[in-house]
Amino acid sequence: MNEPDRPSPEALLRAAAQEGRGRLKIFLGAAPGVGKTWEMLTEGHQRREAGLDVVVGVVETHGRRETEALVHGHEIIARREVDHAGHSLGEMDIDAVLLRAPQLVLVDELAHTNAPGSRHPKRYQDVEELLDAGIDVYSTLNIQHVESLNDVVASFTRVRVRETVPDSIIEQAEIEVVDIPPDELIERLKDGKVYIPHEATRALGHFFSKSNLTALRELALRRAAQAVDAQMLEHVRANALAGSFAVGERIVVAVSEHAHAAGLVRAGKRMADALRAPWTAVHIETQRDRHFSDNERRQLADTLALASRLGASTASIPAAGVVEGLGGFARDARATQIVIGKSARSWWFEARHGSVVDRLVRSIGEVAVHVLPSGEPAAPARRREKRGGIPGGHWGNPAHYAVSLLTVAAMTVLGRLLVEVIDLGNIALLYLIPVMYAAASFSLRAGLFAGLASSLAYNFFFLPPTGTLTVANPENVISILVLLGVAVVTSQFAARVRAQADLAGASARQNAALASFSGQLTGAATQDELMQAICAEVARLLDVRAVMLLPSAGGPDLAAAYPPEDRMEQIELAAAQWAIDNEQPAGRGSSTLTASDWLFHPLMASTASGRGVMAVLGIAREDAGDPVRSDQVPLLMSLLDQASIALDRMALEEENIKAQAIGERDRLRGALLSSVSHDLRTPLTTILSAAQEMKKHPATAFGAELVETIDAEAQRLNRFVANLLDMARVEAGALPMKVEATDLFDAVAGAVHDTRTALQGRQVDLDIAPDIPLVRLDPVLLHHCLINLLDNAGRYGEPGTPITIRCRRVPDALLLSVSDVGPGIPPGQEKRVFDTFTRLEGSDRVRHGTGLGLAIVKGFAEAMGLSVEASNAEEPFGACFTIRIPEALIIRHPDDEDIA
Amino acid sequence: MKNRHKVLIVDDEAHIRRLIQSALTRADYATVEAGTAKETMERLREERPDVVLLDLGLPDRDGLELVPLIKKDTDATLIIVSARDATDEKVAALDLGADDYLTKPFDTDEMLARLRVALRHRMARGGGVAAVTAGDVSIDLMERRITKAGHEVHLTPKEYAVVAQLAQHPGRVITHAQIMAQVWPASSERHVEYLRVLVRTLRQKLEDDPQRPQIIANELGVGYRLRVSVD
Repeated sequence: MNEPDRPSPEALLRAAAQEGRGRLKIFLGAAPGVGKTWEMLTEGHQRREAGLDVVVGVVETHGRRETEALVHGHEIIARREVDHAGHSLGEMDIDAVLLRAPQLVLVDELAHTNAPGSRHPKRYQDVEELLDAGIDVYSTLNIQHVESLNDVVASFTRVRVRETVPDSIIEQAEIEVVDIPPDELIERLKDGKVYIPHEATRALGHFFSKSNLTALRELALRRAAQAVDAQMLEHVRANALAGSFAVGERIVVAVSEHAHAAGLVRAGKRMADALRAPWTAVHIETQRDRHFSDNERRQLADTLALASRLGASTASIPAAGVVEGLGGFARDARATQIVIGKSARSWWFEARHGSVVDRLVRSIGEVAVHVLPSGEPAAPARRREKRGGIPGGHWGNPAHYAVSLLTVAAMTVLGRLLVEVIDLGNIALLYLIPVMYAAASFSLRAGLFAGLASSLAYNFFFLPPTGTLTVANPENVISILVLLGVAVVTSQFAARVRAQADLAGASARQNAALASFSGQLTGAATQDELMQAICAEVARLLDVRAVMLLPSAGGPDLAAAYPPEDRMEQIELAAAQWAIDNEQPAGRGSSTLTASDWLFHPLMASTASGRGVMAVLGIAREDAGDPVRSDQVPLLMSLLDQASIALDRMALEEENIKAQAIGERDRLRGALLSSVSHDLRTPLTTILSAAQEMKKHPATAFGAELVETIDAEAQRLNRFVANLLDMARVEAGALPMKVEATDLFDAVAGAVHDTRTALQGRQVDLDIAPDIPLVRLDPVLLHHCLINLLDNAGRYGEPGTPITIRCRRVPDALLLSVSDVGPGIPPGQEKRVFDTFTRLEGSDRVRHGTGLGLAIVKGFAEAMGLSVEASNAEEPFGACFTIRIPEALIIRHPDDEDIA
Repeated sequence: MKNRHKVLIVDDEAHIRRLIQSALTRADYATVEAGTAKETMERLREERPDVVLLDLGLPDRDGLELVPLIKKDTDATLIIVSARDATDEKVAALDLGADDYLTKPFDTDEMLARLRVALRHRMARGGGVAAVTAGDVSIDLMERRITKAGHEVHLTPKEYAVVAQLAQHPGRVITHAQIMAQVWPASSERHVEYLRVLVRTLRQKLEDDPQRPQIIANELGVGYRLRVSVD
């Protein structure tokens, strides 16, 4: 699993390599003549004045007076004269600089090629040596000498530079761009202030064109910016974003099958917290693991689970020995601290094999090893417990003994045939073949058996007196002992080789299993397929039954199973639910609800997504045994990790698709609304215009009346359509808002103006304080609110009575109300009036209207952050609708001075 | 035959073109029609209309894109026709150089009134508008003098700037942005508020009933219009 918030080891390594090294600063210019050298010398002086020990390694003054003056203030290391082709060339004397060992050395022209016979062919290599010696270096460079830009520069300047500096040098340097505008540079060139080697004058004439200089300048600035970016990135990587980890510390806790390993894990956690370091709990799988009792296996799994809960990453590494495995892992993980328990082995074992700790400390020099007391005696009963997993029990396969015996017999026959020809002692050597073969191919016991059989056969058939098992000669005793000894040694070696091969095989099998697992998971296109694939693969790889349950409100939901399973017992569901709630395994083989036949592992989403437990994986064995063998635990853990990642990714994908679908739906709705709006309005516009034209040329009085009806009804239809569309927008939550400072006078006047025909000359009284503040809302939506309220008042108020619009400032709001004189709102209906298609009940309450008007008012008002309520007003009695504009939307009166 | 003004009617609906055309013919305008953006540009070149009545909903191109093209190629007066709720579209068209707008569905009388305003403005363009009358308010742009019912009204320089800008385009809508660019050249977000407050005081000085303004009309979400007396 990747750890995005931990420092990248590579970055840390590079940072470590920088420690104790000198720092390089490059004065980067677009072209010769911009004043890099001058800048470098000036800054050198500043450093010197700041108390730094500064010398000039090499500076080319090209006879320029200002530059020479600056050089003179510095201590100059004399150049080394190198003879080349009859010329005497002055190169930087690197040995002299190293001997002088200043804090800062100024080295001009980083791209310079040294004269043949110098220590390094290139000056930047000299500089690297100085940096390695811990000396800071200031140097100068023109952009066209940067290796990666060489081609680019050549492409537009048509001057190819052969001296280049690798980008890696620039990347580790601090860059200062020395920049002057191209015009000024050309001016300086004309004034002869730019040094150009005589023979290059003509070629460079073209080089110094304004367009070239502009392009070069841009390149230089970009390259510098890029270097800054790279360095920033490096810094962030090394400090893992927020600098939450002290650079470099990584802790590895070695855990064993013993109960006290939990204590080591906790100690490791404390240390990790103190150092703010990432940590890993690792178990080294050796030959011994095969002999673990079930208790030991469980203990080990528990310890690793504990570490995982405490924030460690966990690993189980197959290796030939603890020291080798742990050492290798610590190197790979770039561990700086190892926590290990004091061995509980007997002094006799340690005397024979050497202490693990001692050998570990000796084998991994740089790493701090913390040895903690075990606290508990070793479990002495281990050897007594039942062992599993080795076919043939203690003695192994009888066939091996038969084969061994046969080879011994064959050697005996061969020996009898050769006994006339060769010496008796050499015949004994023949018996080495079956002994080594049995020991190497089968086991120590088979080897010893072959050795014993060989010595008996040798004794019986060859040693005088032949035909008896008597040993006459002490030499022969030695022969027999040698045969047995060979058997022992060979079998030891062979067993070790075999063990390593087995481990390698197991590890390869595990990797292959994981690879095929993730392969299968990648193939899944939907979450269901994915869960089915996980179940099938887990079932196949661990040889178990597997189910997947999804958390849901009504308890865990069976989502996938292999082999198919359609229901789970109550106790299994309880265990699964526990696993979901506690984010820990539950069921058989765990520490909770062990009565369940199944073991449930929660699949956790990455913490960043906040999804928590995405699903539970349940596994059970056909024979109702422990679901997972302890040697399968690491594989299971890896499978769970992979499955979690796959599920997480799938959930993310589905979320994305859903978001896309929602976006698409919104887009379609918008398109539909606008096309409906257009398609309904266009014929209406035509009808209205036609009616108006006809009104101007009435054929007959009846015709005029008909046209009037057409016009009035078309107007009404137009309002309905507008209302329906508005309502659709409100319900879709698709109101486009354009909030601006709005004067309520304008809003009210506009609404009154636009409803003058609908209100049929009804009087509208305005009661608005002249100094009412401006408000921040969408004037168009507010306009629709007011129109609908006026329309409503016109419809429900008694004919001939006035409508009043009032606007008042109250302590924390502005209240804008529209009231009529009429029957008012029936008691208890104050909220309902705003519901869609609600019309007030009552004798003649059903009047023309869509039943949408007030719903639109509410929808629009709420979209702007306003609230609206209905009530009845006394004296005169009538309905009163009040829009409440909260304080936050009221604009403090702007300063008059700004306005006038 | 007298020299009539020529109006180019751009709308993708033939019925609407026909109706507008009949109303215009009755009012003694010459008409040309176009149903697509392509036709519009062709008619524009061939017929040199005085006014373009442009519906922004065209099948082959966004009508808004045509606005700058029309203003660049010709000196025709451009009146936009657009849907009720398309405030942004209107503002954009006006800021791009359209002279005025009509909201669908519109009254033919209103359309004719807008046409008259636009044409008068167009004719006066040479010398500029010298004086405007709105209700009992007279605005003399030469003398920089404003009177209401014969009495001089004193305005601050910014108030005058707003009135003068509206008066220079009598009867035409001027967007908030256009006014603000003139009055507060160093523009900032808060200036819509200033403009609102400024117009409020202006109305108090010029209107009979500031709560029911008759002279400076607010165009919802778009701008202001000086309602001149139309003869």
